Formats: sequence, structure tokens, C-alpha cells
Amino acid sequence: MFSIPVFLESFQPLMWAAQYTLLISVLGILLGLVIGTLICAARLSGSRLLRGFGGLWVSFLRGVPLLVQLLVFYYALPVIGLDVAPTAAAVICVGVCASAYISEIWRGAIAALPRGQAEAARAIGMSPRDTWIRIILPQAFSMSLPALVNELILLVKASSLVSVVGILEITRASQAQAATTFRPLEVYIAAACIYLAINLCLAALGRYLEHRTAV
Amino acid sequence: MDLVSQYGPALLRGFGITVICWILGTIFGMALGLVIALIQRYAPRPVRWLIQIYIEVIRGTPFLVQLFVLYYGGPLIGLRLDALPAGLLGLTIYGSPYFAEIFRSGFRAVAHGQIEAARAIGMTEPTIIRRILLPLGLVSALPALVNFSIILTKETVILSIITVPELMYQVSRMSAETFRYVEANLVLALFFWALVETISRLGRRLEARITQHLIERT
Repeated sequence: MFSIPVFLESFQPLMWAAQYTLLISVLGILLGLVIGTLICAARLSGSRLLRGFGGLWVSFLRGVPLLVQLLVFYYALPVIGLDVAPTAAAVICVGVCASAYISEIWRGAIAALPRGQAEAARAIGMSPRDTWIRIILPQAFSMSLPALVNELILLVKASSLVSVVGILEITRASQAQAATTFRPLEVYIAAACIYLAINLCLAALGRYLEHRTAV
Repeated sequence: MDLVSQYGPALLRGFGITVICWILGTIFGMALGLVIALIQRYAPRPVRWLIQIYIEVIRGTPFLVQLFVLYYGGPLIGLRLDALPAGLLGLTIYGSPYFAEIFRSGFRAVAHGQIEAARAIGMTEPTIIRRILLPLGLVSALPALVNFSIILTKETVILSIITVPELMYQVSRMSAETFRYVEANLVLALFFWALVETISRLGRRLEARITQHLIERT
């Protein structure tokens, strides 16, 4: 039945692969933050064209399964003549997908800010730029931190899909391990334990931030 | 044109299986979620802890890994399932904690006075669940329920990895035979975009209809 030694032994290669899971999720969320901020700016801008583009971006990336996005991206890159390392391609794809969700988090946080804040800044003579940089964005950022940690948890789980394009993260490593040991149950449960440990830590971080930023 | 006649039926069948997986997965997941939410409300503390552990484990692990445990690990403990039933069971288990949390917050939104009033006029607990808690809780849970069912549509493509013959699986097979990876996957992406947009429009309309009724009554 369930073999404890096999279960314990499979942790070593999986822990090694966990660094790729973490790398892809963390770089993915950083890239998603950059693109997501731009998309959010586009959606809040005065230009109709930019707003339309931002809307399409968000609707497309949220409407298409990440697995399909990954495959489109993975196969399309060589066709348009780009030679990108697989890990980089995975990070870009995960980051682009995350950008749609992050821009919505931003938009929600900015909308949730009391109007009086911006009005007060205007009233004491701050320029619109200063109002954004010194009043709106800092508060929106600290308000959206818990949601961003939540997004990071989703990315850790989503990163299991990049195993399909051959990147040796936890899921891919556990497939290889299961194939060599012929004990898929133990190996996959070990993989689940590692994911769970990562996500419980992140969830605790999220609760801490929520507690700290609560006004 | 040749491609359409050659692969059309397979793609159509794949789409049918995607829809079936989605509908059954949503129904079963919702049912299990409802049971979990009710147990969490009424069961003694140790049972509630167990349920909470279940919720954390399922929500903290990727769907793909859960499918692998079920489909490849299952036979070791005597759980031998074909790809499709394993996929459906996986979808049900994966969705249940999310649905349970949605129901739980729906129940919490039911004004306490409603339940106290029901108790005061002598309703028994099962009647209260059936006539007060469920109808009122379901209405306030509806937007989140619709939202999560839409998320489940996108999760069905992951079933292709354990060889459930749904749309994504058929598209992968087609592109492997014709070497048209980019076109095939792009079309699949556009197709899912249209599908998800349509479902969410319908969902919003359904929501508006049900809540409008509520606003008129109160």
C-alpha cells in the first residue's frame, strides 16, 4: 500500500524542483505587476483607444485558459522568429496572464479609495501628478497587498501547468520521479505536500499583511 | 476545407465532452460544496476541523496534481477509474471547497432575525434550512456561484493532460497530426474567449433578473 520510505525519498528531487516553481511564480508576479500597472493606467486613461485596448487585454487573458495561452505562446514564438529560453517563455506567459488579474486588483483598490482623499489633495493645491504619486497610489498599493499575495498563491498553483511545455518544476519533477519509482501515489502526494506548504506560508503572509494594513 | 471534414466530428465530440464535464462538474461540485457548508454549520467541532483541513488541502494544491494523485495514484489503493470518470471526480473534488466557502458566506448573509423568527414560530431545524436558509442564502450567493462556474469552464482543459477526450485533447491531437500548432491553439483560444464571454453575459443577466425580483419585494 502506501510506502512511507518512497514518500520521504521523493521529497529531495521535488524540493530541488520547487525553486523553479518559486522562481516562475515570483518573476511572473513581478512582470504581472509591471504590465498590470500599465494596463490599469490604460483603462483609467482619457483615451478611448487605450481604454478599449485595456478592456480587450483583460477580457481575453481572463477568458482563455492558461494552458491554451501557454501552448499558443510556446508554439507561436519560433514562428515569429524569436528564440527564447523555455523558462523565460514560461515566466513571460505567466506574467502576462497575471497582468490581467493584477490590473483588475489595482482598479478595484483605486476605486475603493474614498474620493475625499483626492479632493483634499487637490484642495491643498497638489498637482494631479502629485496627487496620484503621493496620495492615491501608495494607499491603493497597501490596500491591494493582501489581494496580490492571493494572486501569488494562484500563480504557484498555475505554475504546475508549465510542466506541459517541459519545464522541470515540482509537477514535472514528480512525473519523472513517478515514472522511475513506479509509485505515483506517494510521489504525487509528496508534490501536493510541497505545494500546500508553500501556499500555507503565503496565506499566513497574506493574513499578516491584511491585519497590518487594516485601518 | 479538408481539415473541417476530417477533424470536424472529433472536435465537435470534444466540445460536447467539454460541456458535459463542465455541467456535471459544476452540479456535483456545487452539491458536495453545499453538503460541506451545511456540515460546517451544524456538525460538532472535531468534524468541522476535519472539513477545514480538507478545504485547505484542496485549495492549496494545483488541480493538475490532484488529478495525478487521483488518476495515477488511485489504482495503488484500488481506485481504478477511466480518464473521464476520474476527470469528473477530480473536477467535483476541486470545485467543492470553493463552492462550500461561497455557500458559507451566503448563509452568513441571511439576517439572523429571519432564523430567530422561524424558530419562534416553531419551525424545526430541517424546515428552517429548507425554507429560510437555502432560499435566502442562495440568492446572495448567486453572483459568486456564477463566477466560479465560469472559472470551472477554464479548468476543464486541464483534463486533457490525463487524456480525457475533451476539446483541448482533440485539438492537441489534430495539431500533432497536421503540424499546425499555432493556428489550432489560436483558434482554440478565440473559441474559449467567445464561450467564456457568452457564459458570463448570460450569468450577469440571470443575476440581474433574480436580484431585481429581490429588490422589488423589499
